[in-house]
Amino acid sequence: MSMPANRLERRQALQDDRRARYERMVEIRALENKVQDLFDEGLVHGTTHLCLGQEAVAVGVAAAARVSDTVTCTYRGHGVALALGLTPVDLLGEILGREAGSIGGIGGSMHLSEPDVGLLPTFAIVGAGIPVAAGAALTAQVRGTDDAALAVFGDGATNIGAFHEALNLASVWNLPVVFVCENNQYGEYSRIDLTTPVDDIAVRAQAYDLPSEVVDGQDPDNAAAAVAAALERARAGGGPTLVEMKTYRYAGHSRADTAPYRPEGEFERWYEKDPIVNYGRRLVDEGLLSGDELDAVKTLVDESIAAAVETVLSSPPPPLAAMFDNVLAP
Amino acid sequence: MPRMRMNQAISAAIADEMRADPDVIVLGEDVAVAEGPFKTSAGLLDEFGPLRVRDTPISEMGFLGAAVGAAATGLRPVVEIMFVEFLGVALDQLSTEGAKFHYLSGGRVTVPLTVRASVGAGLGFGTQHSQTLEGWVMGTPGLKLAVASGPATAYGLMRAAIRDDSPTVVLEPRRLYAQRENVTTGPEGVIPLGTARQVVGGDDATIVALGSTVGTAAQAEAAASWSAEVIDLQSLQPWDRDMVYESVARTGRLVTVEENPLFGGWGADIVAAVAADLFGELEGPPLRITAPDVPVPFGKELEERYMPSSDYIDEQVAGLLQTGRVPPPWWEAEKGSP
Repeated sequence: MSMPANRLERRQALQDDRRARYERMVEIRALENKVQDLFDEGLVHGTTHLCLGQEAVAVGVAAAARVSDTVTCTYRGHGVALALGLTPVDLLGEILGREAGSIGGIGGSMHLSEPDVGLLPTFAIVGAGIPVAAGAALTAQVRGTDDAALAVFGDGATNIGAFHEALNLASVWNLPVVFVCENNQYGEYSRIDLTTPVDDIAVRAQAYDLPSEVVDGQDPDNAAAAVAAALERARAGGGPTLVEMKTYRYAGHSRADTAPYRPEGEFERWYEKDPIVNYGRRLVDEGLLSGDELDAVKTLVDESIAAAVETVLSSPPPPLAAMFDNVLAP
Repeated sequence: MPRMRMNQAISAAIADEMRADPDVIVLGEDVAVAEGPFKTSAGLLDEFGPLRVRDTPISEMGFLGAAVGAAATGLRPVVEIMFVEFLGVALDQLSTEGAKFHYLSGGRVTVPLTVRASVGAGLGFGTQHSQTLEGWVMGTPGLKLAVASGPATAYGLMRAAIRDDSPTVVLEPRRLYAQRENVTTGPEGVIPLGTARQVVGGDDATIVALGSTVGTAAQAEAAASWSAEVIDLQSLQPWDRDMVYESVARTGRLVTVEENPLFGGWGADIVAAVAADLFGELEGPPLRITAPDVPVPFGKELEERYMPSSDYIDEQVAGLLQTGRVPPPWWEAEKGSP
């Protein structure tokens, strides 16, 4: 077993290879844990928003989308970025503010970008990427291609106007866009039931006459299948879909938040549905991987993350001149 | 050279760019079937069809955000914000998203977006539909900003904005939509962003004006006992330092004429730059002629007084030239306070 090195191969691997889906989820978790360690060691400044527990959604979205589809994603986007094909060096370079980062250390944890795999700069404003994805779908519609766009956002974003305006516009224009809500049960520090009057975000699609689906977001194959079906409808002229992925955020909102507001037993209940544990078990049951191979994946991933950290720590910070680049287009 | 009204010039500029480039699309409230509430998209739906010319819901955050996404993926959207105040509900999409994609993609994503908005007082639209609001845009790195001062500049700046690969805002003083003049159309009519224009020559002062105040300043100069070079700045981001500096170095005096309130107006930045870089060449203090620091009032007499008039410009410049000091603005006497 070896891990593909370049972004397009990393992306391609998720489409047909379920072992690669497993491996990528392990990589996302290992990277997020490493990011937490690096923060705890004081090696980075600023903040970070971990997607621990939400690995299956990221992998499912990336497995279903093409590289010519456009993806907008939130600041909790390390998982989606890795799944779409960005490398651990691309991410850690940004998070640590080094030249090795995907945009040379200018963006940081919340601003990742890679046009080659369809990722627009990730959005640090809640909900902002949702209308932008509708616009990327508009490009496909005007140009007559069968590309589509995907907006990945949290449950908290469904209370901001951008979500509602984007769904309305996408519906009235029949745009080829898939709205993927990662319902991780918390908007920043607040549990969803304190901020949102509906149990299922998916019901909000009714207001805009859109099809919607509630999906178990802890299973990458389920997530991929739901997104793939929505994309197929979009490409065929069937318009937008809202897909709600039920998932769970293991970490707090950001690095300073230890999530003391979490009800007792909630984490444990969700951990029973842990995407990595369960998917690994299933692949073993199905004979796709042996128990030893599961362990080998973890070892291989840990080594690759350690190597990425080493590469990034030996990469220089961006030169001062870099801040003046790319303010305006040439 | 056709003679046209400013709204016709805007429609013509957009149509010319749409003919040249199939990626140019037009979005906005009532821009298609109704051809725009100010008739600034006349004939576009008929010629280019509903795929490229679209009426939107009343939903600026949604459709400006969609325009950002469309621009980032290859189209050249021209978005109408009917009154510039409506930009307030969508400013995130312009200033924080669209303006930053190029920077946050290492230069690999461009956002060739044009946002048009009508601005300014004078037509009795009241407090919430009469501001100029350059300040919402000019201080945001990643955006360009141009302001039309009549049909010819509206045509030329609009075409330049649509062709530009950076997100660009073009403000259109609403009370000039019906103004007519001869317009150079075609490629020769394009006005590069960042260039100013000499409107009239003169020696006693340099008057820098923008948008609606260009005509007022030129009118004041024509009737006055003093003479000034009147410059139409045309673009605020970037602005034409060379032309302004060259003129001030010659005349020794700088006057800005602004429709916006005094505090935080665009003229403050021009004055600060000139005062710093040309301190030794100045023969007197820079003078800013502006509106007072109040919301735009509705009553006709009040609204007319709010905007700098040609008489007021004459009075202020004459005062500066006679005394060597900045004369108090008209509202000091009205307010009865220092």
